[in-house]
Amino acid sequence: MLGALFGVAAWGVWRTRDRRGLRGYLHGDGTARWFVIGLSVIATQASATTFLSIPGQGYQDGLGFVQNYFGGPLAMIVVAAVFLPLFRRLKVLTAYEYLGQRFDAKTRLLGAGIFLIQRGLGAALTIYAPAIVLSSVFGWPLGLTIVGAGLVCVGYTVVGGSDAVRLTQQWQLGIIFVAMVVAFFLLLARLPAGLGPGGAFALAGGFHKLDAVSFSTDVHARYTFWSGTIGGFFLALAYFGTDQSQVQRYIGGASLRESRLGLMFHGMAKIPMQFGILLLGVLLFVFYQFQPPPLLFARPSRELVAAHTEPEKLHAVEAAYAAAAGEQTRQLQGWLAARSAGDLPGAQVALVAAQTAHARADAARRDAAQLLKEAHPPAQASEADYVFITFILDQLPHGLIGLLVAAFFAAALNSKAAELNALASTTTVDFYGHLFGHDLGEAHQVAASKWFTAFWGGVAILAALGANLVENIVQAANIIGSLFYGAVLGLFLLAFFTKRVGGTAAFWAALTAQALVLLLYHYLDIAYLWFNLIGPALCVGLALLFQALFNLMGNHRRAVPVSS
Amino acid sequence: MSHPPERPDDETGLPGLRTWPAVYWAVVVFFAVCVVLLALLSGVHA
Repeated sequence: MLGALFGVAAWGVWRTRDRRGLRGYLHGDGTARWFVIGLSVIATQASATTFLSIPGQGYQDGLGFVQNYFGGPLAMIVVAAVFLPLFRRLKVLTAYEYLGQRFDAKTRLLGAGIFLIQRGLGAALTIYAPAIVLSSVFGWPLGLTIVGAGLVCVGYTVVGGSDAVRLTQQWQLGIIFVAMVVAFFLLLARLPAGLGPGGAFALAGGFHKLDAVSFSTDVHARYTFWSGTIGGFFLALAYFGTDQSQVQRYIGGASLRESRLGLMFHGMAKIPMQFGILLLGVLLFVFYQFQPPPLLFARPSRELVAAHTEPEKLHAVEAAYAAAAGEQTRQLQGWLAARSAGDLPGAQVALVAAQTAHARADAARRDAAQLLKEAHPPAQASEADYVFITFILDQLPHGLIGLLVAAFFAAALNSKAAELNALASTTTVDFYGHLFGHDLGEAHQVAASKWFTAFWGGVAILAALGANLVENIVQAANIIGSLFYGAVLGLFLLAFFTKRVGGTAAFWAALTAQALVLLLYHYLDIAYLWFNLIGPALCVGLALLFQALFNLMGNHRRAVPVSS
Repeated sequence: MSHPPERPDDETGLPGLRTWPAVYWAVVVFFAVCVVLLALLSGVHA
């Protein structure tokens, strides 16, 4: 499978070996059809974190995370109707070039600069996250895993450019989907006899894992219908409308119609796809209720705790966990028997007893996490990220382990390639070409773009080598986006929908809004999705205010001539 | 029934929702159906 994976990368390089010209290198040859565009947009977003971390999220918190994607379809409509036609009409190479045309050079550089910072952080995350999980599980050296995966990806992105990314993404995504579907059905087959899908759903519902939609208006609740639809709308609008890694995927379609269809395809596919991956996590939860998992899913965490904790202390936690988990399994077997016999009151009693035992087992796992923190304070990687990979390694046959590992690497490679491609485009077009190269030839700019791809690949590999995660991988990626996208989205909304705001007001408003968002995140205890609404609202509001003040000052100066 | 021709890329003025209203409505309806089904799933197994 790894051979097939590298083969796909080599094929991408070979197919795109004759790409000439800056536009062709950055956007492709302009023949991409809607299906390829849609898959490319999905693959760019669906990094390895999607397939490693989201099943763990489903295992831990149930289906509620799906609400994070509620704003997506609505945002895709706005992107297809407003953003895309304007980008194509103005024939921009990057989204930030449009800011330069509408406002001024400094606003363009600000938008591009914020993108480079946040996407640079994201690029390190997309390579670090799967590498740490895979290396710790298989015992591969972490540094070597990061460098190896990073270099393959940099290689074919440098040689092939945007088309290599798009071409290889189709096949990589194919490998991923096959692997996930196989894992899903194998998991169903490994559930206890007599449980069946209906019983699995009933059990998951009993533990509140099927609570997919919450209409709570509590702003502290991380995922609700409101935060997902409103905050998620602005997050998706910013990501798909202003993030060059996505803009680059759809802007080079064969026609406006093909690009729009690609976006609509994504708008309809995203929620069902994420639901399916979360459901896999929920089924993992059901599976592990009958076959208790280790005290800590992460093997390196277990080794750290064993090496640095007093044996009596560790044994006490292990004993408490074993007793609670054993009691839970017994009660659930009783629940299953009562359910099969049609004894609903008996089944309810057994379920309540199992829930009580589950709470005790969870308390023991929290104690173990505390022991880990005491043993080695920097070791904070989320347990949820290790759930799916642990199931794969412990429960699946070797051939399928190979298929799923290949899928994770495919996801890591395709997302990383798209990011590198976008980082290089933005650096070349918005900084290098704009500041230094008005008379540079196209061949020079293509060469520069290749060098910048290699440069950003090196930065991402180095940052990944020094990274240490404190959040669940997929949430860390969403938090970074939520904090940085708002101000840039505000700039684009000002550009599209206002006529009176000038470059200077927009620039200072975006800068102030970005600083305020970072400050508010530190002091305000609300769900992070709301910052996707706060950021653009602050940017637009401040720009209107600043412009009014500038107009007032201008009028005042004209009315009272300054004597010198 | 004939459809109006698609507007060219270089047409002036702010693009909007005029060109493909049926497609956009289809996406909105699909989204609403997804939310309703997920809410029903939450309710049935609560």
